[in-house]
Amino acid sequence: MTAALSLVDVACTFVSRDAPGQRYTAVRDVTLTVGAGEFVSVVGPTGCGKSTLLNIAAGLLAPSSGTVEVFGQPLAGINTRAGYMFQGESLMPWRTALQNVRAGFEFRGVALDDATAQAGEWLKRVGLGGFGDRYPHQLSGGMRKRTSLAQTLALDPDIILMDEPFSALDIQTRQLMENEVLELWASKKKAVLFITHDLDEAIAMSDRVVVLSAGPGSHPIGEFAIDLARPRDVAEVKTAPRFVELHAAIWAVLREEVLTGYRQQLAA
Amino acid sequence: MKPPSNLRLRLFQLGVLVAVFGVWYMLTTPGLIPNFMFDNDRQAAFFFGEPVKIFGRIWSWFFVNADIYRHLAVTLLETALAFVIGTALGLGFGLWLALSPMAAAILDPYIKALNSMPRVILAPIFAVWFGLGVASKVALGVTLVFFIVFFNVYQGVKEVSPVVLANARMLGANRRQLLRHVYLPSATSWVFSSLHTSVGLAFVGAVVGEYLGSSQGVGYLILQAEGAFDINTVMAGILVLTAFALGLDALVSVAEKRLMKWRPTAGESEKL
Repeated sequence: MTAALSLVDVACTFVSRDAPGQRYTAVRDVTLTVGAGEFVSVVGPTGCGKSTLLNIAAGLLAPSSGTVEVFGQPLAGINTRAGYMFQGESLMPWRTALQNVRAGFEFRGVALDDATAQAGEWLKRVGLGGFGDRYPHQLSGGMRKRTSLAQTLALDPDIILMDEPFSALDIQTRQLMENEVLELWASKKKAVLFITHDLDEAIAMSDRVVVLSAGPGSHPIGEFAIDLARPRDVAEVKTAPRFVELHAAIWAVLREEVLTGYRQQLAA
Repeated sequence: MKPPSNLRLRLFQLGVLVAVFGVWYMLTTPGLIPNFMFDNDRQAAFFFGEPVKIFGRIWSWFFVNADIYRHLAVTLLETALAFVIGTALGLGFGLWLALSPMAAAILDPYIKALNSMPRVILAPIFAVWFGLGVASKVALGVTLVFFIVFFNVYQGVKEVSPVVLANARMLGANRRQLLRHVYLPSATSWVFSSLHTSVGLAFVGAVVGEYLGSSQGVGYLILQAEGAFDINTVMAGILVLTAFALGLDALVSVAEKRLMKWRPTAGESEKL
């Protein structure tokens, strides 16, 4: 079976526009595959190029070298089979929640009635049925994330890319949303590439966790299959003995990188 | 200190207005108080006008002779045309240059030069090109409005959140859809933030243009009165222009409120 997403020997080097001599290699030697229906998390210290990796997978950024394949096809331009949930505020502030969710349908030329109906359906599914006419600034942070989730999932992408989507949320909202995402994922079984710096979140949600080294030139240094039974509740699963074991094993690898990353940040 | 209530605030504001006109009346009415600046009684009235006569003038303009409407209509038409054409051109050029860095880089020094030029001085040239009618005033107003809108649109497009942009692209927006659904709304919000300035400048363009040479309009009335040393009519014209500028500004505020309801305003943003 071909992988939903496969990155082979990908490297990405940024060149400073003002001083072409200054280069920064964010990631190198990255080989990463996500199978169809597989939930893969990438963890790593801050500033290790996790978002770079996701932007490459999304086609927003072309890798300096290496190949990206989507369902066996080399990727050129935007990855049209992927949906991307960004870390920052990605909703269009001049559109209401409903219009935001509807945007993807509009861009694809779906008739407006149909698009509105489907968008309304999705808003209900993420628990925002009554909030369609609100503008993003009238919604709380958690509600905006739910809207983003509906916006991304409504288009039914085969690959879902998530960049620390819940990092700005408080812990309760976060666990609620993690469970919701798992539920939605379980019903559709899409390929997910999930980026986070939170190891608990990564283990609780994923089939596989990939550990990235500290930058510059981050690359995968460990891969762990998460053999916890599904369906999982992200809060409850954290007390399972197997969870604790996995956490200890991954943390042993991750710890050194986190410290390296921290030292680099202090030095900079 | 407790902030004054709305009614009291209005009363105080009205008080200031009454006081200003009261002092003006006292200082200019011949024979009311002894001279301390001028040699004779009538000079203060000659230089500064008399409020009562000024209001009489305005009254007859609007209600007795009813001859100002034609001039006001011309001035407002010039303002509206200058505003619409200037905004459309500014929006178009702003979007174009913001989205094609090459063209922007080439034209950059020229835009800076055109913007630094004191453009009011173009009025005589426009009078030669477009005659003494409405067109030359509109042209002057357009040059004033254009740059305000242009720079705001340019800025607006440059400051589109990269995340919002990337998100729209991931949702499948092509170049045209990005322009329509991301760049344009973002730029429009910047246009609206400059709307008060640009409407004001369109008005300035119309009046200054009329003042420098015309056959109708409120600026023309002022010019005529000035030629006859009729300071009361000049002042009356200025008051009418001020009132209409305030009215236009209020109109802009209403439009802004209706069209920009998606934008959070401090304190009013409603959280759930």
